[in-house]
Amino acid sequence: MANRPQPQFPEPNTEAYWEGVKEGELRYQQCNSCGEIVFYPRQHCPACLSDDLAWKASKGDGTVYTFSVIRQNRMPGFAELGAYSVAYVDLDEGFRMLSSIVGVEDPTKDIHIGQRVAVEFEEQDEGEYPIPVFRPVG
Amino acid sequence: MTDRQAAIVGIHEYPLRVAPGVSGMQIKVASIRAALDDAGLSWSDVDALYDAGDGEAGGGLQLAQYLGVHPTIIDTTNVGGSSFEFHAAHALQAIAAGKCKVAVLSYGATSASRRMAIGTGRLGGGGANWRMNMEMPYGSTLISNYAMVKQRHMYEYGTTTEQLAGISMATRRHAMNNPEAVKAMTDLEFVGVNDITEQDVLSSRIVADPLHLLECCMISDGGGAVIIAGADVARNCAKNPVWIIGTGEAVGYVDNGSDITTSAAAQSGPIAFGEAGITPDDIDIAMIYDSFSITVAVCLEDLGFCAKGEAGDFVAGGRLAYDNDAAKLAINTDGGGLSSNHPGMRGIFLLIEAARQLRGESHSQVEGAKLAVAHGNGGMLASIHTGGTVILAKD
Repeated sequence: MANRPQPQFPEPNTEAYWEGVKEGELRYQQCNSCGEIVFYPRQHCPACLSDDLAWKASKGDGTVYTFSVIRQNRMPGFAELGAYSVAYVDLDEGFRMLSSIVGVEDPTKDIHIGQRVAVEFEEQDEGEYPIPVFRPVG
Repeated sequence: MTDRQAAIVGIHEYPLRVAPGVSGMQIKVASIRAALDDAGLSWSDVDALYDAGDGEAGGGLQLAQYLGVHPTIIDTTNVGGSSFEFHAAHALQAIAAGKCKVAVLSYGATSASRRMAIGTGRLGGGGANWRMNMEMPYGSTLISNYAMVKQRHMYEYGTTTEQLAGISMATRRHAMNNPEAVKAMTDLEFVGVNDITEQDVLSSRIVADPLHLLECCMISDGGGAVIIAGADVARNCAKNPVWIIGTGEAVGYVDNGSDITTSAAAQSGPIAFGEAGITPDDIDIAMIYDSFSITVAVCLEDLGFCAKGEAGDFVAGGRLAYDNDAAKLAINTDGGGLSSNHPGMRGIFLLIEAARQLRGESHSQVEGAKLAVAHGNGGMLASIHTGGTVILAKD
């Protein structure tokens, strides 16, 4: 699968995140006032409302928190795919993101909660932004 | 404790689940007329309008024009399927504050006739925004969001599909007692319009792992209306009032390190029970939004009917059926969204069936039912969702 929907811009919260993805970097934020790890990207800290946030680069290593394998989808671009996964991945830096687990033979059998995964940036047939997905490691 | 200040005095559930040639707005009006008749009230008594924006051409403002009313309260809260529990809470507050006397809640949708892929179609869309930019590339569906909660619940607590099938079995049993639900399943061409077993649930196809088809609600047409009135009006209505004695509202969402198996009900429930001055042990009937089996399981836990992680045992074998004296609790006695009615936002039917039970009018009547809870879950459980809890008492 390499024809996922692209992010759309202008969208000021997520622009720096997607610029990072284009450069092969998975970015998250940390609040300079209270230390809170912030994800999804935004321009304020949800813990203290400070607007003083720093962008950081994740190592891209994480653990599957939960997942589902979608057998029925009527969305263009996904309808033809067959079974594919969506998952929440807990990154080691302390943030949780929605993504997909790829590179397994049978997604209905080969994905597990607690599984260690690493990010990769999946090139798309169309559009300038690759999409961060995760592949099991070890 | 909320004293007897406002009550449900009129109810109507639109009888059809496949209604070609009828609009959502027409379903709303037909239901309002019938609910006012049920209450013994007239059109001119209505002074407050609550609307979730479900009708064609927009929300409450258009509804006021379409209906031809000039209400003194207009509340257009839309929090998905739980909107109507929020409306009931707000109507109680407005009535208690003396701002209105007779409030109308209504719902109408033609999701089946329009072939809407609510559970399996595109989420969001329509222009750039912070959330869609992070989620759209992954193709998650509404059902996959709930499925991820079930997956984690199974992992953390050892919950099984065999256990959760008990929710589908109990609601189907209730549906088979309800002629409108039987017609619904027939008109929507269910494979088997009959009681179902654990094995039926397990062998139904998987829509999104680990949710099977028979753990997912139907997509129907339908609608209904609820009339809520102040105490002085309620005491003179045609039917016995069903008092609103406690309400709670909450929002939940996925967050770094959060527990996905706990829903907004953990916040809205205690607020509502506290206001009513009762505990879950006192409740006879629970109408819990059954979008999916897991929704009911998680909400039963969060509302305090069983401990976190114990819903599997609590619902197994269909034990929350209306005629199981050992259970002390019955759920979704109309047949629920799983087997009776789910046009997309089912919250109004929770209020309607709870009121039927407390009037003694249900097709699966629990003898002597005095206290009910209606809990609506809107949005998507694994993502942004709402909890609206309403405690109702027999007169």
